[in-house]
Amino acid sequence: MAVLIDRSTRLLVQGLTGREGTFHARQATVVGGVTPGKGGTTHEGWPVFDTVADAVRETGANASVIFVPPAGAADAVMEAAAAGLPLAVCITEGIPTIDMMRALAFLKGRATRLVGPNCPGLISAGRAKAGIIPGHICREGRVGIVSKSGTLTYEAIHQLTGLGLGQTTCIGIGGDPLIGTSFIDALTLFAADDQTEAVVLIGEIGGTAEEEAARFIETSFRKPVVGFIAGQTAPPGRRMGHAGAIIAGGQGTAAEKMDALTAAGVRVVKSPAEIGRAAADLLAR
Amino acid sequence: MKIHEYQGKEVLKRHGVPVPRGRMAVAAEDVRAVAVELGGDTVVVKAQIHAGGRGKGGGVKVVSGPGAAYDAAGALLGMTLITHQTGPEGRKVGRVLIEEGLRISRELYLGLVIDRSQGCPVLMVSPDGGVEIEKVAAETPDRIFKVFIDPALGLLPFQARALAFRLGLAGDQVAKAVKLMMAVWQTFLATDASLVEINPLVVTETGDLLALDAKVTFDDNALYRHPDLKGYRDLSEEEPLEIEASKHSLNYIKLDGTIGCMVNGAGLAMATMDIIKLAGGEPANFLDVGGGASAEQIKNAFRILMSDPNVRAVLINIFGGILRCDILAEGLIAAVNDLRVRVPIVIRMEGTNVAQGKQMLQASGLNFTTADTMADAAERVVALAGQSTSGVH
Repeated sequence: MAVLIDRSTRLLVQGLTGREGTFHARQATVVGGVTPGKGGTTHEGWPVFDTVADAVRETGANASVIFVPPAGAADAVMEAAAAGLPLAVCITEGIPTIDMMRALAFLKGRATRLVGPNCPGLISAGRAKAGIIPGHICREGRVGIVSKSGTLTYEAIHQLTGLGLGQTTCIGIGGDPLIGTSFIDALTLFAADDQTEAVVLIGEIGGTAEEEAARFIETSFRKPVVGFIAGQTAPPGRRMGHAGAIIAGGQGTAAEKMDALTAAGVRVVKSPAEIGRAAADLLAR
Repeated sequence: MKIHEYQGKEVLKRHGVPVPRGRMAVAAEDVRAVAVELGGDTVVVKAQIHAGGRGKGGGVKVVSGPGAAYDAAGALLGMTLITHQTGPEGRKVGRVLIEEGLRISRELYLGLVIDRSQGCPVLMVSPDGGVEIEKVAAETPDRIFKVFIDPALGLLPFQARALAFRLGLAGDQVAKAVKLMMAVWQTFLATDASLVEINPLVVTETGDLLALDAKVTFDDNALYRHPDLKGYRDLSEEEPLEIEASKHSLNYIKLDGTIGCMVNGAGLAMATMDIIKLAGGEPANFLDVGGGASAEQIKNAFRILMSDPNVRAVLINIFGGILRCDILAEGLIAAVNDLRVRVPIVIRMEGTNVAQGKQMLQASGLNFTTADTMADAAERVVALAGQSTSGVH
């Protein structure tokens, strides 16, 4: 088993004909794409549709990955939800917060799970991918990953693969202030997945999502968790690349998050180089 | 994007929030005329910098008459103002705001931000204005009152009314407060703000409500649809290297250490700073070159990195995945040659053709050290920075 995506995933790409969309579609199994105005054509062999609803009807797609530029990305998320797709993964970085706020309001009460935005998407090692996480560094295994970061997730995957542990599903939840899938949502999925024996949780400064995850882990999560928080040396008041990565009004520091996770029983590592080894250690117990 | 108080008040006023009468000046000579125009017993001269705590730092002066206003502005303009938010280096004052003095009976707090956990805006008020809200939140959290705003419906009058009563307002002040809160919400929505903070929101002796201070921040991701707001950017408030970096879509933040970092991805860039610190060094910067890391980007990044004279060694950490390390190596060699970089450079890279890339770096005859892991790279760069004394050239 894995979570969210597996071999039965039929993936659509919104923004297929763009540079990024095309490039990453080539690295995954894709059934078609959506680019308004290009419906009825094909792009590198894939059928292209004007609307998500058309694409779903014609291809039986059950997930979508979104590479639409920032100005239209929130709209693309809502279109995917309106078409009833169970999963929408938004890679786009730079979406205005107010647009995302509306999209999240639109998603309430609908069946669609949104992952992202501003994320690398997800991959179920050896099974399926929806996003941009490089498949060749993954290996089917026992550890689930949930992370706010992109390349730091690759680093964690690389370490786990190097140690022979492998991964079940790696979920990049994104570095924006407003995101569709939280740490808690991902942990809930991993809790129900038999193959996932341990979880690596990678957070970063800003917001309180890690503290909320810590409370959840303490009360409701039984599997071992390794935690790393990026930004232990970040100065307050500065936005560290990601829109959500900012220590504001003394809140959102790495130290607070590390303390909360440690108190919840998470094995928190200070060094990003220790993530894999800590997971191996917990699994060996 | 941060803006000045006077700009924030301009934006608020445009959407119907009452603010004191006033005007910005960049020269003391202009201040006398402004004070005459404002009239009244007193005027307030306020230093305009992108940092809070100006009052305590000596950046706000209440004076009587145009002559005294001129003197106050003369003292503030050009001075380096140090507050608890500026750091010890302080900020140079280039603009002052001259405002009418008001007779104040109460100081309240109002703030509007996006609540990340709830996924919607939250309007917060407190009867304890005029002090830092973080202090109120820590010491007397029950003195902060909040309403969450439905993104589809906006702030509703009953919500604003409830907050007005919580503030202890009565009579026609309730209606004034509701009108003001609605105007703040309109400002937030219309400008894609990420923060609107009025502290203090004052009640005057005559019963009027005004924004005595204003802190407004805009969502950088939405600036593309607000060309009118872009003019508010004050480059003199920003680090020159950071301005240069932003021109090349590089995310650079200058820090105080000696080890320059160049990384792809924000999370990995922060983690790289963290591991340098753990290895006993201090990062000179945060630098995210983005996903692509093209030859041109690498060169721009190097140029900015090496403009910092404190840099004694450089750590490059690129996890490409799909990026080709031979192409990355080619870009690095060209950049180091073109820019005549002399400091030691430690490279840790992952991606396709790693072995070929490493071989190219080693064969280049330049000052490259390759490392296999992040920990190895951090230890090597810290050791090299300790030995190295010279910067660029």
